[in-house]
Amino acid sequence: MSEAEIKNLEEQFEAKIAADEKIEPKDWMPEKYRKTHIRQISQHAHSEIVGMLPEGNWITRAPSLRRKVALLAKVQDEAGHGLYLYSACETLGISREQMYEDLHSGKAKYSSIFNYPTLTWADIGAIGWLVDGAAIINQVPLCNTSFGPYARAMVRVCKEESFHQRQGYEIMLSLCNGTEEQKQMAQDALDRWWWPSLMMLGPTDAASTHTEQSMKWKLKRKTNDELRQQFVDQTVPQADILGLTIPDPELKWNEETGHYDFGEIDWDEFWQVVKGHGPMNKKRLEDRKNAWENGAWVREAATAYARKQNDRKSKSA
Amino acid sequence: MKNEIPLWEVFIRSKNGLEHRHCGSLHAEDAEMALNNARDVYTRRSEGVSIWVVESKHITASNPDQSAELFEPANDKVYRHPTFYDLPDEVKHM
Repeated sequence: MSEAEIKNLEEQFEAKIAADEKIEPKDWMPEKYRKTHIRQISQHAHSEIVGMLPEGNWITRAPSLRRKVALLAKVQDEAGHGLYLYSACETLGISREQMYEDLHSGKAKYSSIFNYPTLTWADIGAIGWLVDGAAIINQVPLCNTSFGPYARAMVRVCKEESFHQRQGYEIMLSLCNGTEEQKQMAQDALDRWWWPSLMMLGPTDAASTHTEQSMKWKLKRKTNDELRQQFVDQTVPQADILGLTIPDPELKWNEETGHYDFGEIDWDEFWQVVKGHGPMNKKRLEDRKNAWENGAWVREAATAYARKQNDRKSKSA
Repeated sequence: MKNEIPLWEVFIRSKNGLEHRHCGSLHAEDAEMALNNARDVYTRRSEGVSIWVVESKHITASNPDQSAELFEPANDKVYRHPTFYDLPDEVKHM
């Protein structure tokens, strides 16, 4: 294809997106669009998969059967979300195996929030409330993103996600209505998860290299800072209901802007964790690789079984 | 990649009276496992009463490059639509 032809195709493509038309897998797309989407969708899928690990840590120690079935169902949902997203990503021409390989080698990233440890049961409450809360804010606009398979996967994900947040908030509520020690546990979890949750919405607009292009492709509909503000505004009253204190002395309602002002985020910490130096980076990746390698026999058995069934069928035919 | 587990497309009928609708894909070694996986991945909240799975390689798809020649001819055949025909107002419900 000549340069002029490509330019023409690109113009048609941009016009389509501007008119809110969807792009489907077999449609022509610029290479950069394909690559950016592979990066973002696979990263999103990896986050769902790695996100099962910190919560899985508490399934066997859930304080009641009610909590246990809910947590199991939530972790199973994360697996499901990972699978929807992997299959959406595969429509762009990358194989599932390649994506796993990129995750396991450290080439592909996942959300850095999962590199923090889950030390007490209250962390499961805080994750549902804050981490899933932030995830919902991030994900709802993606239901309208330009790439059809990603948008459709996100519609399913968002439908299922609100139970996650509610179960987390309910855990916090029970702890806050419990003994002094239990309430302290909830406060401690909030203290540890608050700032990482704010970081989860991504670098500031000034530092975000992808924002402009992503807005154009509707991979983003609001900037990171807008999403973060929305998260703070929505979460502060919820903390008040729990009777917990958000660990930010600068947090204050601003009558003029109609939003909460909040303190400076420690971006050094964020970048350290992104670069692999968070408290749990090594452990998460190790656990993920172990799960994949130790599960190899199941995949091999499935292959052998399918082959045997097939042979039997062709013999009897 | 070598030995990639086959890809299947999943179609779900959400309730009787409605058609099966494509909802995504998954990997499985054979049809039976694909069906079981589809149940776990796509119907965790009673989203369906019936599942179809078909191995993706068996689907033949039209090429978007040929969309114009395939679909545009229908645009100038307005006589295929009821509104093309002029009838007096006295004729109701036709």
